[in-house]
Amino acid sequence: MTATPMTPLQMVIAIVVSAVITFSLRALPFVIFHGNRKMPKWLERIEKSLPAMIMAILIIYCLKDIGDNMFGVGIPRLLAVLITGGSYKLWHNTFVSMAAGTLSYMGLLYLFSHVLTIA
Amino acid sequence: MTKKQLIRHSFIKSLPVLCSYLFLGMAYGMMMAEAGYQWYYSLFSCLFLYSGTCQFLLITFFSSGASLLTVALTVLLVNSRQSFYSLTFLKDFNAMGKRKLYMIHSMTDETYAVNTTLDYMPEDDKHSTMFGVALFSHFYWTFFSVLGSVIGQLLPFQLEGVDFCMTALFVIIFIDKWEQTDKHSPALIGLGVGVLCLLIFGQNSFMLPALLLSTALLLLITNTNFGKKDKDAEDENTENKTDDKKIEVVTSPEDIINDTDTGAKEEHKI
Repeated sequence: MTATPMTPLQMVIAIVVSAVITFSLRALPFVIFHGNRKMPKWLERIEKSLPAMIMAILIIYCLKDIGDNMFGVGIPRLLAVLITGGSYKLWHNTFVSMAAGTLSYMGLLYLFSHVLTIA
Repeated sequence: MTKKQLIRHSFIKSLPVLCSYLFLGMAYGMMMAEAGYQWYYSLFSCLFLYSGTCQFLLITFFSSGASLLTVALTVLLVNSRQSFYSLTFLKDFNAMGKRKLYMIHSMTDETYAVNTTLDYMPEDDKHSTMFGVALFSHFYWTFFSVLGSVIGQLLPFQLEGVDFCMTALFVIIFIDKWEQTDKHSPALIGLGVGVLCLLIFGQNSFMLPALLLSTALLLLITNTNFGKKDKDAEDENTENKTDDKKIEVVTSPEDIINDTDTGAKEEHKI
C-alpha cells in the first residue's frame, strides 16, 4: 500500500461503502431479533469490551506518524494528548478538553515547528 | 401535545446535541478544508454516512489512500456499537411506520443518549419527539459541518493542527471507556497490538492487521476459561491498586444490559 491520496471517485466509493456498512449495522438488530432482546452471552461480553479496544487502536492510528518528525510534530502531539487527557480527568467536560487539546496543539505546533527551529 | 408543542419539545430535547455537533461539526468541516476537500464531500458524508468517528477517520483514509478493505473493516468495527444501540429501540422504531428507516439511519451516539430519556411521555408523543430530535440532530451535524468546510476554505491562512480534534475525541472516549470498567485487558490489548502492528507493518498498512488480530485476541480471552482466570487475576490487581474506586460486580444479564444502557448514556455527552 502506498500513500497516494484517493481520487474523487475512490472517495465517493469509500463514503458509500462506509454508509452502507453503517446503516446495516444500525439495522442489524431489527433483522435478527424481531422484538426479542436476548443476545448470546459471548456477544454481550464482546459488546462491553470492544469499544475500549477500538479506541486504543484509533489513538495509535492518530499518533502513527509522530516518529517522522519527533521534534516538530511528535512532541507537540504527545503534549496535547496529555493536556486533553489531563483536563478530561480533572473536569470530565468533553467540550473543554477538546478545545483545550486542539488549541494547545495548534499553538505547540506553531511554537515547535516555526519559532523554536529558528532559534 | 399539538404539533407545535411537539416541535418545541423536540427542539429543547435536542439542545445538548446542538452543543456537541456545533463543535464537532465545525471541527470536522475545518479538518476537511484543511486536508483540501471541497464542502460538498462534507455534505454528502453528513447526509448519507452520518457517523462522526468514521467521517473523521475517512479524511485521513482519503489522504493516505487506504485500501477499501481497511476502510470497510474499520467502519465495521468502529460502528459495531451502534447495533447495540438499536436493541434499545426495537419496539419503538418498529411502531414508527414509515419513519422507521430514517430513525435507524439517524441513530448516533448523541441521539441514542437523548432518545433513551423520553420514557415518561405517552407513546405517540414520544415517537414524534424521537423523530423530531433525530431530524434536528441530523440538521445540526450537516449544517455545522458544511459551515466549517466553507469557513475553512475561505480562511486566508491554514488551520494547521485543527486535525488534532479527532485525536482529542478518541482520547476522551477512551478515558470514558477506561473509567467505566475495571477490566482493562481489552484496552491494553488494543494499545499493545496497535503498537506492535505499527512497528511490524508500518504506518500505511498496520490498521487492518491490528484490528483483525486484536479482535481475535479479544474473542479468545473473553470466551475461554483461561480468559476468565486471567481477568479475575487482573480484577484483584486493580482492586489493590485503586481501593477508592467503585467496583461493580456484574451478576446477571439484566445487570449487564442496565449497565450498558446507563454507560452509553453517560459516555457521550459530546
